[in-house]
Amino acid sequence: MSTATDRRAPDDRAVPGDPSTPPGGRPGRDALSEMSNPHRARMIKDVVARIVMWGAFALAMVPLVWILGTVVGKGFHMLTTATWWTGNQRNINSDDFGGGARHAIEGTLQMVGFTALIAVPIGILTAVYLVEYGRGRLAKAISFTVDILSGVPSIVAALFIYAVWVTTFGLGRSGFAASLALVLLMIPVIVRSTEEMLKLVPNELREAAYALGVPKWVTVVKVVLRTAFSGIVTGVLLGIARVMGETAPLLILAPYTKNFQRDLFNGNFPTLPMMINQDRGDFALATAAERMWGAALTLIILVLLLNLIGRVIAHYGSVKK
Amino acid sequence: MAKRIDVSDLNVYYGSFKAVEGVSMTVEPRSVTAFIGPSGCGKSTFLRTLNRMHEVIPGGRVEGKVMLDDQDLYASSMDPVTVRRTVGMVFQRPNPFPTMSIYDNVAAGLRLNGVKNKKTLDGIVESSLKGANLWNEVKDRLSKPGAGLSGGQQQRLCIARAIAVQPQVLLMDEPCSALDPISTLAIEDLVNELKNEFTIVIVTHNMQQAARVSDRTAFFNLKATGEPGRLVEIGDTTRIFNNPTEQATEDYISGRFG
Repeated sequence: MSTATDRRAPDDRAVPGDPSTPPGGRPGRDALSEMSNPHRARMIKDVVARIVMWGAFALAMVPLVWILGTVVGKGFHMLTTATWWTGNQRNINSDDFGGGARHAIEGTLQMVGFTALIAVPIGILTAVYLVEYGRGRLAKAISFTVDILSGVPSIVAALFIYAVWVTTFGLGRSGFAASLALVLLMIPVIVRSTEEMLKLVPNELREAAYALGVPKWVTVVKVVLRTAFSGIVTGVLLGIARVMGETAPLLILAPYTKNFQRDLFNGNFPTLPMMINQDRGDFALATAAERMWGAALTLIILVLLLNLIGRVIAHYGSVKK
Repeated sequence: MAKRIDVSDLNVYYGSFKAVEGVSMTVEPRSVTAFIGPSGCGKSTFLRTLNRMHEVIPGGRVEGKVMLDDQDLYASSMDPVTVRRTVGMVFQRPNPFPTMSIYDNVAAGLRLNGVKNKKTLDGIVESSLKGANLWNEVKDRLSKPGAGLSGGQQQRLCIARAIAVQPQVLLMDEPCSALDPISTLAIEDLVNELKNEFTIVIVTHNMQQAARVSDRTAFFNLKATGEPGRLVEIGDTTRIFNNPTEQATEDYISGRFG
């Protein structure tokens, strides 16, 4: 073995001092270091990419944690006051401490629930049409419309409803009118997310059902929608969360009230985003600012709760492995 | 139970593309007919026309006639859903419904078509699983998800699901191509048993498999890429493999092309 290496060594020295010995020419140090150079470069790239990735992640987390920290820090003690979960803001002025948020919590839940009741069936059925049935021009037109709708700013949706509801029909501003504007904002979110989920259902499952002599609509309801169920629920909750904090339609269509008000169709309507906005001229007063932080935290908690409920539903309805 | 299939002069199109041209053949009842041929020669496409599954793909249509005994599968009064209840299908990749248990998978065809009686379902699930040689392996865990079975078991589950709706004909589109040799053997044994009850058509890329399981073999080929596929010859499996009439068949079987 060593003789073979020795015998080859003089050949390699035929070009003395030339660093660019061709690979395979000498299996010694040079070949190894040639291999380790790109290897080292790869390590460095790997480390740099890692740092950049973690840095981006941390950077994205900063505002989130900051906001959450601030809101919890400044608003949490409001949630522990005696009246927060039971009372309303009646006869509470900017310089009065506390009061309740129950009127706004109930109002927001009622309004968002009503919005979902209208938007979810429309959104899901539209997605089913687009994925399972739609071919040609009509489907393209609908898809395009949904795209446009998802880009509509909330204030434009609100003004559109105002133009139809108040100006044209001469009906009063109300929680219901605001719900209609929220429906416009919610539908595209639900259509798009449901569409993605339906597309994820493998075609083989549809074919399996067809091959058993199952009609198409039964296949869609019992196989496709069933398989996509947990994803659809997640999408619906994202849509609800999106709509819950929407403020422009409330400003324009649903004037705030400090009282309990359960009638969505007549008169002013209490909601959490509007409660945050309630003492807007007096945030210099500690009492008003505290109330605002409390209402903001309450809204965040509602969104969080909805997400948790959605997770639970999705978990129990998900594909079993 | 089993019925004869008579195909005369069938052309299959996807949109304006002619995928299969001029196929005429008879598939005998209570026997296994194998379709062999190179990839893209239209054997799967043709198979899918036997239960109108090709219509699932947009633009799929046929010219010609397919008779199931005395029923014209393409008569204007014939509903494709009815056709598929009579002519069942097993696919290349096992595709149990992932949201359903083993029991629900087998019962799916009946349940989705409105059968609710628990006793009827229990009986059919058991007999179908027995018919698919799967009963002993799963009888203690019928309520477990079907997707948790092994690939070979899943494929037998799909066969059980297909025979649970009591079809006349069973189409199998490369049912073993995603399976290991042991599972393949289990499926081949099963095909041998099932042919006592059903008319079976099986597409396979594996010529040994065609030789092992089929009574008759049909060889499909295409003249050139872009040309429609066509039926080269069909006959008893022993004859096709030992003494084919066409040169192309002999070349394919002896591995000279394809």
